Amino acid sequence: MYRYVANRVLLAVPTLIGAAALVFVLMRLIPGDICLVRLGSGGGNVDPRTIAACHAELGLDRPVILQFVDFVWNFSRLDFGISMWSGKPVAEEIAARLPISLEIAVMATVFAILIAIPLGTISALKQNSWIDHVVRTVAIAGIATPSFWLGILSILAVLEISNAVFGAPWMPPIDYVPFWEDPLRNLSMAILPALTVGYRYAAVSMRMTRSAMLEVLREDYIRTARAKGLLERLVINRHALKNALLPVVTLIGIEFAFLIGGLVVTEQVFNLNGVGRLFVLAVQNQDYTLTQALVMLTVAIFVFANLAVDLLYAWLDPRIRFG
Amino acid sequence: MIRKSGWAAAGLAVFCVATMAATAAAETPKRGGTLTFMIPADAPPSFDGHRETTFATVHAVAPFYSVLIRVNPDNPSSTTDFVCDLCTEMPQPTDGGKTYTFKIRQGVKFHDGTPLTAADVAASWQAIVRPPDGVSSARESYFIMVDQVEATDPTTVVFRLKFATNAFLPALADPYAWIYKKEILDKDPHWYEKNIMGSGPFKFASYDIGQSIKGVRNPDYYRPGQPYLDGFIGIFAAKQAVRVDAIRADRAAIEFRGLPPSARDELVRELGDKITVQTSDWNCGNLVTPNHKKKPFDDVRVRRALALAIDSWHGAPALSKIATVHTVAGIVFPGSPLAASKQELEQLAGFWPDIGKSREEARRLLKEAGAEGLKFELMNRNVDQPYKYVGTWLIDEWSKVGLQVTQRVLPTGPFFDALRHGTFDVTVDFNCQSVVNPLLDIGKFLPHSVYAENYGGYDDQKEIELYQALLRETDATKQQAMIREFERYVLDTQTHMIMTPWWYRIVPARSYVKGWKISPSHYINQDLANVWLDK
Repeated sequence: MYRYVANRVLLAVPTLIGAAALVFVLMRLIPGDICLVRLGSGGGNVDPRTIAACHAELGLDRPVILQFVDFVWNFSRLDFGISMWSGKPVAEEIAARLPISLEIAVMATVFAILIAIPLGTISALKQNSWIDHVVRTVAIAGIATPSFWLGILSILAVLEISNAVFGAPWMPPIDYVPFWEDPLRNLSMAILPALTVGYRYAAVSMRMTRSAMLEVLREDYIRTARAKGLLERLVINRHALKNALLPVVTLIGIEFAFLIGGLVVTEQVFNLNGVGRLFVLAVQNQDYTLTQALVMLTVAIFVFANLAVDLLYAWLDPRIRFG
Repeated sequence: MIRKSGWAAAGLAVFCVATMAATAAAETPKRGGTLTFMIPADAPPSFDGHRETTFATVHAVAPFYSVLIRVNPDNPSSTTDFVCDLCTEMPQPTDGGKTYTFKIRQGVKFHDGTPLTAADVAASWQAIVRPPDGVSSARESYFIMVDQVEATDPTTVVFRLKFATNAFLPALADPYAWIYKKEILDKDPHWYEKNIMGSGPFKFASYDIGQSIKGVRNPDYYRPGQPYLDGFIGIFAAKQAVRVDAIRADRAAIEFRGLPPSARDELVRELGDKITVQTSDWNCGNLVTPNHKKKPFDDVRVRRALALAIDSWHGAPALSKIATVHTVAGIVFPGSPLAASKQELEQLAGFWPDIGKSREEARRLLKEAGAEGLKFELMNRNVDQPYKYVGTWLIDEWSKVGLQVTQRVLPTGPFFDALRHGTFDVTVDFNCQSVVNPLLDIGKFLPHSVYAENYGGYDDQKEIELYQALLRETDATKQQAMIREFERYVLDTQTHMIMTPWWYRIVPARSYVKGWKISPSHYINQDLANVWLDK
């Protein structure tokens, strides 16, 4: 197994280099110039000497191939460089945003798992009953409803309800406080976006759990387990659910990785200073170093989430062996 | 009867005095509290006011700095009331209006505890007026009249001008002209881009990138008793709904830039007397710039027709209900003594009182120029308020003379890129200035060779000559006549650009926010020294 993990980690290297090359080229294909954006954002024309000084400061006056080699070399040493826009270390920029994105992703995932697996299982076990119909309706609504819209509505609902109940409108805090500094304030800020995002996440996972369970429940070994008189609870928990979870775990892994950097609009709605918003700003400002680092971070998260999912397979299905 | 009236008058007077006294007592500033306000941006590009033009920098960072002179914070709606900040009294120019000598306050300290002297003031102004190579000064072009800035002794700064002009003093009140420490500037002219260290009413406490900026009271501030607040928190939020909800739920007390009428109405409806709304004409406006390098916009008849088709007099009141625009005016801010009167405006293309006659003339000109039913693209910036509202309105107005116009909306970056490269037919442009200083504010209308931010693609020597004479005229009456001539030339004779109604600033705030007064610009009066909380 250790060999398998080492192989997977090594295989991630060409994936990361490929992604690095792609994002490096794509960023330079976008028309525009960060120095013009940075120095002339108000519409002003900037002195060419100042632009040239800015290019020199950011290293953009050097041949592109040298810039690429530098980028890959620095990245291999986990040196992400300096943000071209803010002048601060990229690691510092990301570190400031990562906790809130991670927190939302973890909370949404926990919420999704807690909702999706029981409801998906019940829905499969009670196929075509009214319970199944209700669960499926809730799941389809979750898939069809955009998270940002749900976010806006949830804020409005909180404002209206608090106004009606307490006589003054209330909304969650809009400036981030770390959990260890003020847990209550932190949770009251994170809970609404986590639920909003988690609903769609839960809906997708619920559908997957249901269909996987339905498939497994028709397998011969389930019939055999029942035939030898096993308790139904054991049949479901030990034999059916564990096997049905394989595709669900894959889905949860991919969704989790997506949540770290993909909550662009939800972060705007709740004024969360997360990685998704940083991503958009970095591209908007043509901040090459920051965009490159963020893409690499996302690729790395996907690679390691997939690795974690694969390792979970072995626990869920002992027939799977790594070699 | 007379006797009774006398008593009544005396009673009324006593009542008025008592009410005024009570109001004055109620308005006595209270110390303490933290003001939380929203900044409608993601984050400032840098902290350096000398380099930046965005309000995101000034709203977040102005409370940490002092300036030499400023618009009177107690009367910021005035366009002519300038007072000292770091100087001790406003100077009378000497040498035929070419030398201004400022005495600098003594005992002022930077936040690191070192004294602020005239050398720091002079060094800061030298960096603004003539930045060293590789350093950008956003307002360098405003100070073409300045020859030299020098500190003649530790308490005296002298500005020597190349020519006398009334534009100088208002330009000096620039809200971004923060006074930096000479020693730091000498070592690294870029230091202030990433760091904050001033002598203003608040000391820098913390900055969470893209999230918030915090300041705490400067106990050594040179104005006795100020600032009243213990501190402030500025929260960055680009999305308007978040900002409005934050004020509604009292997560924030105010947003200084301005909100659209719909947000104001929503807050007033919800919060009643817990919200106070201040409004002002805004020293910003959208202009229509035809690209003179593209046919048929090189033809003055076509440009005039574009202006004549627009009915601003009826359009402005309707637009003001949904967009942040309000007042119809010419090239000068409507509250300025140099602004055109209504009668003067009505003589110019685009302002005729009889819109039927105006549009008839537009059709005639288009026919004469062979541009009947002309199809073209109006380029616009992807900003809702008021750009897209104004753009949509313009297209409707032009359709009334048979023009077929489509709108191309671009994000800010590509929008400026297209402006710089002239890849547009007609564009919604803008002119947004800080201190009302008509002589410099109208620079936008000058050809690109003189004013880099003009994108009309024309050259016009006569216009430049008119402007140069205007800039050097110091007699108010003559200046008034000259600016009218310039305005007529730009908007009517040549129709280089077309005015749309000026922007309107609407600032709703929680009623407990006191001391802050609205001004014609969202850049000025932002040091928060006189703001207090009535809680």
